[in-house]
Amino acid sequence: MPELLLELFSEEIPARMQARAAEDLARSIAAALGPLAPADMQSFYGPRRIAIACSVRAGVEASRSSERGPRRNAPEQALAGFLRKHGAAREQLREEGDFWVLDKLIPGTDAADLIARQMPDVLRRFPWPKSMRWGGTSSFAWVRPLRRIVCLLDGAVVPFDLRDGDDDGHGLAAGDLTEGHRFLAPGAFAVRSAAHWLEELRARFVLADPAERRAMIEAGLHGQSGASGMTLVEDAGLLDEVAGLVEWPVVMLGRIDAAYMDLPPEVMQVSMRVNQRYFALRDADGEVAPWFAFVANIEARDGGAAIVAGNERVLRARFADARHFWDLDRAQTLESRVPALDSVVFEARLGSQGDRVRRLMQVAGIIAGEVGADADHAERAARLAKADLVTGMVGEFPELQGVMGRYYALHDGEDAPVADAVRDHYAPKGPADSVPAAPISIAVALADKIDMLAAFFAIGEKPSGSGDPFALRRAALGVIRIIRERGLRLNLGPLIADHLFRNRWGSVGPEICDFIVERLRVQMRAEGARHDVLAAVAGFAAPAYDLALLLARTDAVAAMLQTDDGANLLAGYRRAANILRIEERRDGPHDGPIATALLEQPEESRLAFKLDLIEPDVAQLIAEENFPGAMEFLASLRHALDAFFDAVTVNDARPEMRRNRLRLLARVRAAMHLAADFSKIEG
Amino acid sequence: MDAPGTRADSFQDLILRLHQFWGRQGCVILQPYDMEVGAGTFHPATTLRSLGRRAWRAAYVQPSRRPSDGRYGENPNRLQHYYQYQVIIKPSPEDAQALLLDSYRAIGLDPLLHDFRFVEDDWESPTLGAWGLGWEVWCDGMEVGQFTYFQQVGGIPVAVPSFEMTYGLERLAMYVQGVENVFDLDFNGAGVRYGDVFLRAEREYSAHNFEHADTAMLARHFADAERECASLLRERLALPAYDQCIKASHLFNLLDARGVISVAERASYIARVRALAKGCCEAWLAGEETPAHATALKD
Repeated sequence: MPELLLELFSEEIPARMQARAAEDLARSIAAALGPLAPADMQSFYGPRRIAIACSVRAGVEASRSSERGPRRNAPEQALAGFLRKHGAAREQLREEGDFWVLDKLIPGTDAADLIARQMPDVLRRFPWPKSMRWGGTSSFAWVRPLRRIVCLLDGAVVPFDLRDGDDDGHGLAAGDLTEGHRFLAPGAFAVRSAAHWLEELRARFVLADPAERRAMIEAGLHGQSGASGMTLVEDAGLLDEVAGLVEWPVVMLGRIDAAYMDLPPEVMQVSMRVNQRYFALRDADGEVAPWFAFVANIEARDGGAAIVAGNERVLRARFADARHFWDLDRAQTLESRVPALDSVVFEARLGSQGDRVRRLMQVAGIIAGEVGADADHAERAARLAKADLVTGMVGEFPELQGVMGRYYALHDGEDAPVADAVRDHYAPKGPADSVPAAPISIAVALADKIDMLAAFFAIGEKPSGSGDPFALRRAALGVIRIIRERGLRLNLGPLIADHLFRNRWGSVGPEICDFIVERLRVQMRAEGARHDVLAAVAGFAAPAYDLALLLARTDAVAAMLQTDDGANLLAGYRRAANILRIEERRDGPHDGPIATALLEQPEESRLAFKLDLIEPDVAQLIAEENFPGAMEFLASLRHALDAFFDAVTVNDARPEMRRNRLRLLARVRAAMHLAADFSKIEG
Repeated sequence: MDAPGTRADSFQDLILRLHQFWGRQGCVILQPYDMEVGAGTFHPATTLRSLGRRAWRAAYVQPSRRPSDGRYGENPNRLQHYYQYQVIIKPSPEDAQALLLDSYRAIGLDPLLHDFRFVEDDWESPTLGAWGLGWEVWCDGMEVGQFTYFQQVGGIPVAVPSFEMTYGLERLAMYVQGVENVFDLDFNGAGVRYGDVFLRAEREYSAHNFEHADTAMLARHFADAERECASLLRERLALPAYDQCIKASHLFNLLDARGVISVAERASYIARVRALAKGCCEAWLAGEETPAHATALKD
């Protein structure tokens, strides 16, 4: 099959957009060239180009199709419309039964024609997150100016251009010319095939395959640091970004001036990463090494001496800035910064960070009592938790919030657990982040999230669809993870209700709690756990919303359903519930008392007896939070229920018998519902 | 390092070389605008001339004032008054990137010895209602310039996108000269250092910006400039009106440096300046399109 190569050569594409753009290109080509059945699609991208190579059919064969038109007796307009739609004349129609029929010949196309026809639109409609106009002659927009288009079908240029009426499309037309490295191999060269393109680019200091660039950088980073007895601080995100910033990666090491080695490691790393895209290194003991690694885009004539010197110099200036903030910030205690939070807006409708801190202190103190933390310490940590937001360092590097607070708190002589909580109250910041373990940290971390949820629900800002601007899902998940992973017993219901009440925030408590339970269900589904069982017991969450209890019940129900008795009981339950649904639609609920005198068959009596026997025990065990015990009793219903269905006809001709038997089934359902709403169980 | 004798070894030599280079590209070499601005973009030669369809090429040095960046002359990298070298070419030329790299060669930075990179940087000026796409230009990890293709100015999508290049002259000179403190820069190649010229000014203006500027007066002047701008716009005098917009913007920066503007107020001040800028840009554009003016400008 013929090979198609398409390369779009432009000025530098933002690193973060390249991978997505290559995917979008592959997708839109596949769609636009559907009739040619593109296969073996390969994508390439880098700072100055995105490209695809694939194989396509040589062409599309001519084909026939028949279109049925209006009835022969249909009004004239209907027929005219049909002819217009297909661009056909009346003479081309034939009659078939009561209908007009048009036989259409779809002419064949060869691949080059189809590609040439489709490409201008693919490029015009390319979904860049943000595109721009340039020059003075065309409104064709691209992420940055597009300079060349290579489009080859088995080595031959597929001719198309971007002209559109008066618009000259920047004079861009498909050709076979591209460019290599901007400095090491300037000028254009001709390409013959995808393999030739890759090979010639490599000879001109461009690696077009992002995976190869990334692997080369990674190997270079490990190799260079390893050769000097150091290890790399892994940073996959930075690696991806850097791979998008270079066409010809050259890994180099630079020295960190000893004068800055006493800066906190996090400060050094963030400054290097955010400002400079440098990698941090550790020495053999795991300590911060006085070196950094970076990736240049050129093999310089002097072996890189000027480049290393330049980068070292830049880093000195960066660290001098950081040192300035570090010294300045420590000249003032965190405590003395707390009042300044009153003039920092948290959210226009929710007041200042100062207001938020006062709320955090209250709720952290209360939670401390519940989780066995020292309340004074928790309140102290909450008071200081946000004070680093008004320090110079956090102003410069917002991602150091909390981290700096801990350093400054320790510097001020605050107790270590308080300082730790100042740092850790933001945790877990994401799925990969660990949850706090120290009781004070747990209290403040929970307080932080509960206040977020309460505050934003109170002003009607609950997440909807994909929109979650205040990261409330993450806050809810944080609450869930802390409770689960630390095995906490906490009645979220009253806790949240009280917090809302204190702040006159209305009664959105149940809404917040149900939101948390729903996030728990989503989380369990992601884990492959029985989220349907959680949904079945969710009704028992209110009003306490003790997640540990809810999960214990979930586990017990799920475990019972795993057993043979449990599975059969569920089948029996469903049968009962089905019958009841149908019959209750006809004559309303059948919840009334059972008449013992009407139990004529032994299987009926036995089921009723069994229910009388276990119901109080099940209720009692559940009240005692002994869910496995309760489930054991419930599962023992199975044989009586099976026997009942085997022997007894529910819809007896005698109305009073029928009613009594339906009531019996309703009692089975009610007994089961003591544990869970089994109608929500899937599978 | 680079071959000897090719580097711009003084601050003024750097400027002269850039003038020479961009002058050769057909740029009108302008002088700084005679008002306090925060960046070279505020010069009417950029803001207003970037609008409309007429071709335009200009380059100039613009003293830029950022009151909050003052450090009393104690920080080796920060100044409340510094120089930007500004280039604007409309429409943006095909070879803008190549021209720019040539300009670095002209001041002695050889791209075969250094690591030049174009790193994504979307530019936006909320006060001017302007945005564009482009890059920070990096040399060995240091930002040595900002490259923008203008897309919108004064809230108006540009008819013809311009290429704008801004060099931070002090920072660039420090790199070329290998100096780590701005006040040590060789100014004229004859013994005068940057600090000899500007250190006292940095101290005094920092004190003014942070401690002594009369905020009640500044707020009054802001309101005056805003009113004057509006009344000049009624007379369709785009350029004098734009001067008042520039004034208002600088007064806002001073108020901001004095720390008397709350977050909410800040947004409202920015919106007020933007409204002025928008009015001026619209008035300028309207003037460009009047038949009398268009005839007069015909060449």
